[in-house]
Parts: sequence; structure tokens; C-alpha cells
Amino acid sequence: MSSKPQDVEALIGQKYRHGFVTDIESDSLPPGLDEGVVAAISKKKREPQFLLDWRLKAFRHWQTMQEPLWARVHYKPIDYQDISYYSAPRAPANAPKSLDEVDPKLLATYAKLGIPLHERARLAGVAVDAVFDSVSVATTFKDKLGKAGVIFCSFSDAVHNHPELIERYLGTVVPAGDNFFAALNSAVFSDGSFVYVPPGVRCPMELSTYFRINAAKTGQFERTLIVAAEGASVSYLEGCTAPMRDENQLHAAVVELVALDDAQIKYSTVQNWYPGDENGIGGIYNFVTKRGECRGRNSKISWTQVETGSAITWKYPSCVLKGENSVGEFYSVAVANNYQQADTGTKMIHIGRNTKSTIVSKGISAGHAENTYRGLVKILPSAEGARNFTQCDSLLLGAKCAAHTFPYMEVRNPTATVEHEASTSKIGEDQLFYCLQRGISAEDAVNMIVSGFCKVVFKELPMEFAVEAQNLLSVSLEGAVG
Amino acid sequence: MLNISNLSARVAGKEILKGVNLAVNAGEVHAVMGPNGSGKSTLAQVLAGREDYEVTGGSVSFEGRDLLTMAPEERARAGLFLGFQYPVEIPGVNNVYLLKAALNAKRKAAGEPEVDAYEFLALIREKMKFMHMSETFLTRGVNEGFSGGEKKRNEVLQMLVLEPKLAILDETDSGLDIDALKVVADGINSLRDQRRAVVLVTHYQRLLDYIVPDQVHVLSGGRILKSGDKSLALELERRGYDWVQAGQGA
Repeated sequence: MSSKPQDVEALIGQKYRHGFVTDIESDSLPPGLDEGVVAAISKKKREPQFLLDWRLKAFRHWQTMQEPLWARVHYKPIDYQDISYYSAPRAPANAPKSLDEVDPKLLATYAKLGIPLHERARLAGVAVDAVFDSVSVATTFKDKLGKAGVIFCSFSDAVHNHPELIERYLGTVVPAGDNFFAALNSAVFSDGSFVYVPPGVRCPMELSTYFRINAAKTGQFERTLIVAAEGASVSYLEGCTAPMRDENQLHAAVVELVALDDAQIKYSTVQNWYPGDENGIGGIYNFVTKRGECRGRNSKISWTQVETGSAITWKYPSCVLKGENSVGEFYSVAVANNYQQADTGTKMIHIGRNTKSTIVSKGISAGHAENTYRGLVKILPSAEGARNFTQCDSLLLGAKCAAHTFPYMEVRNPTATVEHEASTSKIGEDQLFYCLQRGISAEDAVNMIVSGFCKVVFKELPMEFAVEAQNLLSVSLEGAVG
Repeated sequence: MLNISNLSARVAGKEILKGVNLAVNAGEVHAVMGPNGSGKSTLAQVLAGREDYEVTGGSVSFEGRDLLTMAPEERARAGLFLGFQYPVEIPGVNNVYLLKAALNAKRKAAGEPEVDAYEFLALIREKMKFMHMSETFLTRGVNEGFSGGEKKRNEVLQMLVLEPKLAILDETDSGLDIDALKVVADGINSLRDQRRAVVLVTHYQRLLDYIVPDQVHVLSGGRILKSGDKSLALELERRGYDWVQAGQGA
């Protein structure tokens, strides 16, 4: 019968669709990390002194730090001296000024990935910044956004064109020495995206960054900074892919969000880094620090993530709710198949009065995967009337995977309300049989059940990407019936 | 249509069915009755192809095909429908979406084109009206938050849309009030014709006041101990199952 467990196990072997390598000349630093490398990166990017100083300070601090071991993930020690900290597609002189100057091979790469960089961008109505290995290759719709006063550009461009904004906001949410991986990123980050939405402006289109690791033996360390000024609002989406390689590659990004009074930032992630093969060989180590600060009154930051890739995922998109009445949200679907390991969740730090947070986490485990939700809800004494609602659901497909939930709560104000709901279910044999009995194939049935499980999160995604996320989920779990 | 011959099956190592014989022809309605734990639900699950139920002997043919070698979804597509005793909830999966996928799977297997969304909606609206179901069923998740009665009604709705050749209804009458029972019975009766057959698995004779069976069987201890016409159900109601079991022992 088609639904026997052994067949089902065989079906799990999904194929990663974005695993190709683009053959392009690149300008890379040799592997190794010391102050010279940090200075070299800064020099390559012709950075102002304040940024070099900031990097060096971060690097010195990083050297005193230990890699964190508390996450429920296992991996061989990373040799930080064996990684190249900078790789850029070699351009004739400088970075391309417009799309027309971008190497056609790069454009072809993004076309292959289905990322709208050129004409299709206009149709899709989404502004895209594409980061290839260490540098940003193109940002579309700059003009249209510029008319609205929105700055959307690569981090490097922002350093040159808006140094005052960078200096004012960089590291104010995730300090250079925040944690081991954030400190490493602060020292060696090569590019990323920058968004500034001026007061009262509603960003006229979805903004999107597409990250692609191409070169072997390189790490990717991008940095994203989004500032929504008073009354501004913006919706931002990032997507990620990488080639299939036997060795593991490190991705240690930092994302900082700042929302001032009455501002709103919606940040969505569809993470599909190469997860390694079905035996757990290769794949991206995804150690990411994402944090948003609701600095102003009535501000709102909402994280939505669909995490299907990476050999290891270690990320906790968080909200610091400083402003009175500010709102933090975290909606997550984390899928771990084969030997993938995910330790992900969020932190909601309530500081201001009447702050409110919502956490909805959906973990799906299949194969031999380990999937952990780790979350902290912290209510400080100042957070009068704070409220949190947390819901963590885990779905297991098969008998060899595991799901763990570690919700931490620290409530230091008696007027606060904190609610937590959790469930773990094995993908119902009953549910599956019910669908089979109605003539639906095992594969369609699993897709249907899993999509249903994730529905509340998917509906938070911008519409253009909800479909993509849904498809990605189907591919990730192709045939993963338990 | 359905020919069960000396069927034995076990669940979790325990022998539940011990040589069941039953023949159901097109156009007939059979009622399988029996005390708790007699193997009624096991029989239904084995026919539908539930994996945990291990067939240890005997054979089953369905329209001339060897049913036991077919996967559950193939059985369904071939026209075998099981109305579940406890329909499971599938949160977030739209009721109509599931039903449409089911109908399309069946049509595809039969080499027919997929149903048009507009047509399908019209079809399901008509059947829902027949089953006295409110419009909210269109937007709710599969059995999500349904009352016991709503779940049973939903099973019959699915059956009416899928138009199976053989419907096995496992205690579709339990948990229904008298009005709901009538609606469910009307639904089942509407499907009766010369090309189809129905097997009703039930505890109670009251369902048989509304759906008059051609044959009634008493399943007890994993075997069919007695078969008869409608009057057997009435006699069972009067004399209890002990009467049949005692008769068997003699």
C-alpha cells in the first residue's frame, strides 16, 4: 500500500531546487580572520572612520566571547580561520550603478531563482535588493521609492550616502557585542539592506531583499537596518537560497528594526538556505540575530517567518517594547526535515505601559530532525498592564523526529496578563487515513494537513509571498508522511 | 458487489474478526448489528484498508477486484466510502477544499476532468440544503469544532457528493437527536438505487425505522451468528444479543 511507513520514509527525500552554482569571477579575501581582515573589508568598502572603529571594537569584543552552547543544536566546531569573510562578484570597476550594468550571469541567476529583478519586478510591484555573496548587486525601484522619500538601498550605499542615519541607528538595537554571532557580524559584515521611511510616509510598495550565497568556503554576514520614523509604515520581505555543497557554510546576519512613534514595521522572512542532503551532509549554519525596537508610542513590529532551509537554524526575532501601547508580534513556521536542526523562537521584552505581544509558533518536524521552540516573555516592573499571548504548536511527521518547547516567562509586574497555550501532535494517522479514505493521495493529504496547521501564520505573509511559502512547504515535506 | 469470505483480522495482536462471511449485492441495504466489541467497527476499518488492522485470513472481493490488495485511496476511488464513527478534525483545512480534492481524485482516477469550481459550489450548496446544513459549513475547517451531530451530517454530505457504489456507515446514527436522525436517514435513502449498496453498522434498531434494510446480520465474537430480514432487528431489540449468542452455543 502506498501509505506504508517505509514508502513514506523514501518519499521524504526532497530535492533542493536552488542548489546550482553560478560560475562567476569573484573578488575574495583569503580565509582567515584578524584585525587586518576587518580593516581590509572596511577599506574595500571605503568606509568612514567611525564604522571602521565600530567594527574593530566589535572584533576585539568578539575575541573575548565564547560560542553559545545553550541551543539544542549539535555541530562540529566551526573553524573561524577557515572561512573567507569577503567575496564579491568581480565588476569592471566599481559596483554597478544600475541594473543594466549588472553582470548578465547574475541577472540570470536571479531569474533562475524566480526573483524579479528586471521587467518582472515592475509587474510584481515589489522593490528588490539582491545580495549575492557579500555585496548588494541591484536595487530596483529606487526612483519610485525616492519620490515617496523612502530610502531603500544596499547597506554600503547607505554608508556613503546617508552616513548620519547609519551612525545614529547602527547597533542601537543589537549592540556590537550583543552575542557571539552578532559581534562577529558587526566586525565583518559586508553588505545588506537599509531602509528609512520618513515621518508620515506609508511605503508605497513591498520591499524585498534576496540573499544568495554562491562562493564556496565563504561566510555570509549581511546586516539589515530598517527605520520607520514617526507615523511611517513599511512591509519588508527577505528570501534566501544557496548552492548545494558538502561542506557547511556559515551565515551570521543581523537585522535591526527601529519603529518610532505610531510607526509600523512588518518583517517577513522566507528562509530556504540549502538544508544539507538526506544524510545531513552540508547545508547552511544559520545563526542570526534579529531584533526590533518599538521605540515610540503606539508603534508596532511584526515578525513573520517561514523557515524551511538551513542545516542549523538559530534565530530569535525579538521585540523590545519600549513605547507605551506598542505592539510586538511573532508568527513562525519552522520546518525541519531529514537531519535539520532548528532552535528558534522569539523574545518579547515589555518595558512600556500597556504593551502587547502575540506569539504564534508552528513547528513541523520530519525525518530525523530536531525542532525547538525557545521563547522569552519578559515583563519589566515598568510595563503596567502588559499583555502577552503565546501559542506553540508542534507537528511530528514520523517517529524519528523530535519537537521541544522551552517557553520562559519572567513577569515582574502584577498587572500583566500572560497566556500560554501549547500542543504537540503527531500528524494524525487518523487525519491521514480520513483523507486517504476520501481518495486523496498520501502526499496531497500531508500537504493539506500541514498547510492547515500553518494557516494562521501564512495569512500574515504579504499575499505575493504566501503562495511561494505554501509551495516551499510542499517541496520541503514532499511525501513526509508518518 | 461485495463478497467477504472467511475474513479474519487482528488489531494490536488481538484476533477480532474470526471468519466473517457476507455477501452484499448492488441495490441492497444491509445492517450489521451486534454488541460492543463484537468487531463491527473493525470490519468497517478493514474494508476501508486501515493499516493497523492486519488481515490474517480470508478474502474480500469488491466488484470483482481483490479489495485487500488495494491501497485505501484506491478503494475510495473505486467507489468504497466509509462514514466514520468518529470523524477526525483537521484544523485549518477547509471542509469544502477537502471535499473538492476528494471528488477530483475520484474523477481523475475515472479519467474524467476535474470539477469546475463554480459547478462544485452549486453541487455542494444543493447537497447542503438537502442535509439542512448552514452556509457556515463552507468556510469551516474539516470537522473543526463541529458537534457530534454536525460531524455525522458532514459524513453524509461527503457521501452524497462522492456518490460511492458502496457506502459503509459506521454508527452514523449515534449521537443524533431524532430530527437529525431523520435528515441523515433521508440523505442515505436518497443514495439508494439499483447500482449502489449500503452497509449500516449500528447498535440500535431505531435507524432501521427510517432506512429499511434488506438484510440484518448479527456480528458477535468476530463472526456473523445470525442473518435475517428487518424483523430480526426488531427481535434483537426485544430479546437482546444474549439470545443470539445463546442460540449459537447450543
